[in-house]
Amino acid sequence: MTRRVVVTGLGATTPLGADVDSTWAALIAGKSGVRLLTEEWRELLPVHFAARVHTEPADQMERVEMRRLDRSEQFALVASREAWKDAGSPDVDKERLGVVIASGIGGVITLLDQYDNLREKGARGVSPHTVPMLMPNGPAANVGLELQAKAGVHTPVSACASGAEAIGYALEMIRTNRADIIVSGGVEAAIHQLPMAGFAAMKALSTRNDAPERASRPYDRDRDGFVLGEGGGILILEEYEHAKARGAKIYCELVGQGLSSDGYHIAAPDPDGAGVQRAIKFALADAKLSTKDIVHLNAHATSTPAGDVAEAHALRLALGSDIDHVAVSATKSMTGHLLGGAGAIESVFIVKALQERLAPPTINIENLDPAVTVDVVRDKARPLPAGQIAALNDSFGFGGHNVVLAFATL
Amino acid sequence: MALSPADVLAGLKEIVEEVAGVSASTIELDKNFTDDLEVDSLSMVEVVVAAEERFGVKIPDEAVTDLVTVGDAVNFIVNAAK
Repeated sequence: MTRRVVVTGLGATTPLGADVDSTWAALIAGKSGVRLLTEEWRELLPVHFAARVHTEPADQMERVEMRRLDRSEQFALVASREAWKDAGSPDVDKERLGVVIASGIGGVITLLDQYDNLREKGARGVSPHTVPMLMPNGPAANVGLELQAKAGVHTPVSACASGAEAIGYALEMIRTNRADIIVSGGVEAAIHQLPMAGFAAMKALSTRNDAPERASRPYDRDRDGFVLGEGGGILILEEYEHAKARGAKIYCELVGQGLSSDGYHIAAPDPDGAGVQRAIKFALADAKLSTKDIVHLNAHATSTPAGDVAEAHALRLALGSDIDHVAVSATKSMTGHLLGGAGAIESVFIVKALQERLAPPTINIENLDPAVTVDVVRDKARPLPAGQIAALNDSFGFGGHNVVLAFATL
Repeated sequence: MALSPADVLAGLKEIVEEVAGVSASTIELDKNFTDDLEVDSLSMVEVVVAAEERFGVKIPDEAVTDLVTVGDAVNFIVNAAK
């Protein structure tokens, strides 16, 4: 007997808002979360802006708790607490409760700050909390500790596909009867001069310093790279019968996932998008959906010249002419790119889109790239049809990782 | 430089409050760092390093295991500073 998996709680802290509701409102209104950085080090870089979280963790948690947590761990706790509360703080057997929270880079700010301490003060100056703060599994581990989750605490790492991969891993944990509830998602906190210099050296970042809010422009002809964002998103996944039995609010069903890898290049997308196409087909098959069922897609679309076109091309090939009735949203135009948090916040957006029957807009498209032949939701949110509908979230990571998640109304 | 026990206690209160978030008013000589003040082994390292800096003393790792209560720490630091 197949164990179905539903979404019963949401949490987020993003460049657009301190929680899911404020983020969603700003997203639907087409607001940008991108700002000029205030740090002096920005002058060392060709990029002077990023998408910092709307609300600092300091406004959402105790000082003493914060000082032993990396910023990525702070985001994970903030979003998980919201999601857990949203799910009704379920009374669950701890041995049936798991956590799968990803990060693309982990506690890189801690690593670099403590290296500064080492150089200035010697080994005695390095905090004893350094390792628990810098480890990429730290966000998952801290949430697991808080909730005393004992079914398993995991952290898949696949760069910008990490958040989606975590949600897919959680889906399998429930399907295979390892757990009844999983706190799943992804976080990232990498706005620091070193990772930004690294991305800039790859020519991956937009350098539109004179207009930061206009810099993230997926599908626009003049896009010039992504905008680094930070924050995280959390979904509470729950076995359907378990959720029904406790009278939980059920948003929608996570019906399937598709995974593949390109075997092509460490950073560049395969221009044929063969791996992406396979991941979409696997997700549809896993979800027992046809291409006709899909009405909305939250695209990976990071605003890089090569990536956006390769993805759009792959979407058309995978969905055929049915792509013409899919409302495609590129929400990174507003949030920036949260790396390991991206697939997670975008899954939160899909769940909200299915609930509200509304596809978020894509902002900053002045001239649609003629090579993009999908139906992009531009400028204004667009209503989604009534009845039974389904939506996809695709995520890709450096290394050639492809993850596609399929959600459907009940 | 000689330090008075009262000065050391006052300084330790500030350090433990900063590290563990425990209100200074609850930090007394007979309090156990682990059981009463929620200073775990990692946070104890922070307390020790901060105390070394503040009081200009060395607290070797082998001595730290004997610092069970706040009073133990005050005595060690006062003696080390003599």
